[in-house]
Amino acid sequence: MTHTATPAAATPPASPAAPPKTRTAERSLARRALARPEVGALVAAIGVYLFFFVAAPTFRQADSFATVLYQASTMGIMALAVSLLMIGGEFDLSAGVAVTSSALTASMFSFQLTTNVWVGVIVALLVSLTVGLINGLLLIKTGLPSFLVSLASFLMLQGANLAITKLLTDNVATDSITDMDGFDQAKSVFASEVDIFGVDVKITVLWWLIFAAIATWVLLRTKFGNWIFAAGGSKESARAVGVPVNLTKIALFMTVGFAAWFVGMHLLFEYNTVQAGEGVGNEFYYIIAAVIGGCLLTGGYGSAIGAVLGAFIFGMVNQGIVYANWNPDWFKFFVGVMLLLATLVNLWVRRQAARR
Amino acid sequence: MDLRINRHRRAGLAALATAAVLLAAGCSSQGGKKAQEADSGIAAGKADTPRLKIAMITHAAPGDTFWDTVRKGAKTAAAKDNVDLVYSSNPNGADQANLIQNAINQKVDGIAVTLAKPDAMKGAIAKAKKAGIPVVAFNAGLEQWKDMGLLEYFGQDESIAGQALGKHLNEIGAKHNICVIQEQGHVALEARCAGVKKTFKGKTDTLYVNGTDMPSVKSTIAAKLKQDSSIDYVVTLGAPFALTAVQSAKDAGGKAKVATFDLNKDLVSAVQSGDVQFAVDQQPYLQGYLSIDSLWLFKNNGNFSGGGEKPVLTGPAFVTKENVDTIATFAKNGTR
Repeated sequence: MTHTATPAAATPPASPAAPPKTRTAERSLARRALARPEVGALVAAIGVYLFFFVAAPTFRQADSFATVLYQASTMGIMALAVSLLMIGGEFDLSAGVAVTSSALTASMFSFQLTTNVWVGVIVALLVSLTVGLINGLLLIKTGLPSFLVSLASFLMLQGANLAITKLLTDNVATDSITDMDGFDQAKSVFASEVDIFGVDVKITVLWWLIFAAIATWVLLRTKFGNWIFAAGGSKESARAVGVPVNLTKIALFMTVGFAAWFVGMHLLFEYNTVQAGEGVGNEFYYIIAAVIGGCLLTGGYGSAIGAVLGAFIFGMVNQGIVYANWNPDWFKFFVGVMLLLATLVNLWVRRQAARR
Repeated sequence: MDLRINRHRRAGLAALATAAVLLAAGCSSQGGKKAQEADSGIAAGKADTPRLKIAMITHAAPGDTFWDTVRKGAKTAAAKDNVDLVYSSNPNGADQANLIQNAINQKVDGIAVTLAKPDAMKGAIAKAKKAGIPVVAFNAGLEQWKDMGLLEYFGQDESIAGQALGKHLNEIGAKHNICVIQEQGHVALEARCAGVKKTFKGKTDTLYVNGTDMPSVKSTIAAKLKQDSSIDYVVTLGAPFALTAVQSAKDAGGKAKVATFDLNKDLVSAVQSGDVQFAVDQQPYLQGYLSIDSLWLFKNNGNFSGGGEKPVLTGPAFVTKENVDTIATFAKNGTR
């Protein structure tokens, strides 16, 4: 893999004959733009878009684009949180089932205790944040790699999802809460549709972009953002300069918890009932989206915009293959090829940028 | 250099010669592709009605024998009716709803959908109706298709099928069965086991296995059989799992017998040989075929089966040692 560059991009060795000042300023500005982690993902996204634009006539319609954006948004909200965590140098394999856990919690809490739906929503938020907190604490207290810690919590959550649902409802899906107080309100927040120029766009798309803006601001403009990069770049050096590494990592796991809660709420209010077995396997897609977006598996490098583009590419590939009416037997194969190509394009662009 | 090339060339020639000899000497006198080609599938003529585009959207996990049979039925009907069939599937409810949206964007002429997760499909199906696309349900959703205002339904009721299997177990004097669920949290599978439990007079235990990992399925069932020797029947919810359960039963001492939901080619042979006692068939080929054919009829002549009131049932049909031979011929083609 490439060597890890911190966002404050290390300048390449100065050439012996230093060029005049103005040109350096210009060049370094261009270089700074090109060295952003998301540039490669942007090129890849445009490439994938053009590819399906040519291959699938239906893909060109506005309503199809809304479908693609929707698919990208539910994944993208999770991918954002996961990318922050990865920049901070950790993994969370429990992110996929955590979404289902959150939706199940809200649904069953409201139904079993016959409360206003919002009560269930708040309880689910607390549960999701607690799961993130426990993940973070386990990581710090045990010293095990997050890959193992979160693999354990993934399996525990998967089991708990089924067992608790079955225990409370005697079924493997939750009961419908559509007729309860607060449902319509919550639906308008988490799962309504917005008419944009005559096309119905799911509200998750807007939330996704809002969260992306917040994440970008945190990463690039706040002290906490610096802590994330530092914690993921080198734990020891970060500690030496006074970065609260443990606090940062716990906060990042809790951010994943928050995102899981949000997406879980969307699934609950969009689809009314929740199946206990869903969400397994999605954790890898979140990680893939973050990596396509320029996150390194080793931590310390990446961007929130990159994760947005990564999820967008994934959404385009997922729906584009169907729009193109390719043989569904090959679906996963095509997805794999597309993701590989997108990641390679990203890598190539970044190498070019570094070489300039 | 030269020597090395020569050596390479010699090695290549030797390999070629060996391969040729193996191919010539290694012919099988029975089975294989040749025997398969001798049996032909079903085909009929082709309608001269205008070309239609119909989307079939299921909750199948890829690579499942049952769903492959459904697809074959759909393909046969599509070939006959001059239909361009677009098949897609996703086990995740939200993703399956997205596929319906995808079909609406493609402006298809009809949609055949499985309602394993009916609530998740509601929004997308309402949109399809708003776009004026006729929708039929099949395989799953017997309780919900009418409320959703769909045209017709082809399939069986999972709970009724489970109850029928439970009754059959009573008749043959079983005392204690385990119902093996291969996918955690799958409503239709749970409904089958609940149905068995409802009518079976003895004891029914549920056993969860990881359906994507056959070795673990085999060892989990075997462990359960060893742990509780009173179990005399293993009920599986899919043909591949029944065949695995047969091996588990042998590993565990061979006292327990196996019964299953759903058929495939190998399972028919297993019923013939007595490894599997009986199977409850819901005729997946018929489900796929009728879903497409019915949409063709509706588009071309406004007909719909069941009058929008009653489902069209394709099961449960029991396959036992007595009647398995008639089915075996068709099962060989992979169409039963």
